Amino acid sequence: MNQPLLELQNLSLSYHTMEGEVAALSDISFSVREGEFAAVVGPSGCGKSTILNLISGLLPIEKGEIFFRGEKLSKDSPLNIGYMLQKDHLFEWRTVYKNIILGLEIRRQMTPENLARADALIDQYGLSSFRDARPSQLSGGMRQRAALIRTMVLDPDLMLLDEPFSALDYQTRLSVADDIGTILRSAGKTAILVTHDISEAVSMADRVIVLSSRPARIRTIIPISLSLGNTPRTPMTSRNAPDFKTYFNLIWKELHADA
Amino acid sequence: MRESALQEQYRQQQKRRKYRVHFLRLFLFILFLALWEISARTGLIDSFIFSSPSQIAETCISLTLEEGLFVHIGVTLYETLASFLLVLVFGVGAAVVLWLFPGAARVCEPYLVILNSLPKSALAPLLIVWLGANTTTIIVSGMSVAIFGSIMNLYTGFSEIDKDKLTLIYTLGGTKRHALFKVVLPGSIPLILSVLKVNIGLCLVGVIIGEFIGARQGLGFLIIYASQVFKMPWLISSIVILCVIAVILYFLLNLLERWYTRKR
Ligand SMILES: Nc1ncnc2c1ncn2[C@@H]1O[C@H](COP(=O)(O)OP(=O)(O)OP(=O)(O)O)[C@@H](O)[C@H]1O
Ligand SMILES: [Mg+2]
Repeated sequence: MNQPLLELQNLSLSYHTMEGEVAALSDISFSVREGEFAAVVGPSGCGKSTILNLISGLLPIEKGEIFFRGEKLSKDSPLNIGYMLQKDHLFEWRTVYKNIILGLEIRRQMTPENLARADALIDQYGLSSFRDARPSQLSGGMRQRAALIRTMVLDPDLMLLDEPFSALDYQTRLSVADDIGTILRSAGKTAILVTHDISEAVSMADRVIVLSSRPARIRTIIPISLSLGNTPRTPMTSRNAPDFKTYFNLIWKELHADA
Repeated sequence: MRESALQEQYRQQQKRRKYRVHFLRLFLFILFLALWEISARTGLIDSFIFSSPSQIAETCISLTLEEGLFVHIGVTLYETLASFLLVLVFGVGAAVVLWLFPGAARVCEPYLVILNSLPKSALAPLLIVWLGANTTTIIVSGMSVAIFGSIMNLYTGFSEIDKDKLTLIYTLGGTKRHALFKVVLPGSIPLILSVLKVNIGLCLVGVIIGEFIGARQGLGFLIIYASQVFKMPWLISSIVILCVIAVILYFLLNLLERWYTRKR
């Protein structure tokens, strides 16, 4: 039972354009255990989103392999993945509730059990009074919650978060990251968070994967174990841990090693 | 309390401003009619050529009683609405096909541009020869004015939908069909409504052109006939009625649009 949930082996990928070939990934290998929260940090434009797009199957694999629970990923067996993007992309022409069940609608899974789970999540995360509201009536944080529930109702095996907080202002961002991190942890979800905010990565992740600039290579992988004593770990408490700064500096140095 | 008094004052001021605009509009209209009537009666303008408001009102009544004016209006309305609805169906349909097959869209693009920049009135005589002098021809003539521009506008709008919104659908396990029905079409309703507002006027133009050269009924026919037999009051009355129809149709679409924005 020591098999990782997700394993990437020697992934390489280039984009092909008329201007020439753009090497985005070079020999990327890492694995994620069940229930683990991994963060991927790297300079902007280094290929972070590309990694997530390969895992989710939005991009075809060019070179290398991805295994999920030991099985090689292929086109016919896509993963049940929850994807959170930078913007929440809640549709203004749908109510909050209708946005949340969009995935169920698309997958034709509007069973009573699933709808009941949607209701339970809406209640649990304090959106019941906004059920029939339009997304524009929600605050930025509430919108990200709704976007999170939209993926959680599909009960994904793996959550991919592509800079989901970077569109928010600093204050909101701290509290939303705390919020979403806590929710994902208590739901026991396995997650990969892409960010270029080092403190966000350290505060949320069990392990931080540091990438080089383009084409992305793995520079180092740093396990985070903060000394929190008896306080339960949340992004907020992590930020107050005494060794938070140490990790921050370590990653900062790795990122700027060749600059 | 002081603030609310100021607020009250502001609201009153805005209301007065609004009434003043309405009043001035109406005043301008009445002034125009009065000047027209007076110049016609005093012989300042030749009432045989320019007619006069009272003469137009009389003509409308006699046209209604003796010439079946409402039949002509009905025919023109029917043809306009038919071509309008057909443009809606075919315009959205074609734009969807182009969106589904971007390769086809790239191939067709120059042809659409050419067809759209063609002066459509030049097509009407051709349509009469091809399809005969009948209602179908006139409806097609109405469509021809609006269809190519609609397809181009809608297709451009469809392809400008945020790519990330489509990605979201794919990450939720959706296909291109889901992207179309869950994002592209519902997200384009404001665009479709604004295209419709333009189209209604264009279809009316196309229908009148068609009626000019190939009809026995309709306001376009009435206009051409009146000009040929030099019945200026008929001619001007028909144009006034056309004006009213155009305004009413546009107003109805405006209502539809407002209803939609309010609903959201
Ligand atoms: N479809 C594409 N065609 C060509 N080049 C691409 C394409 N998508 C991405 N790239 C390039 O590949 C590199 C990696 O892209 P990617 O989006 O994975 O980077 P990222 O690390 O997520 O960047 P960011 O920090 O801006 O989100 C970038 O330099 C980008 O310009
Ligand atoms: Mg990115």
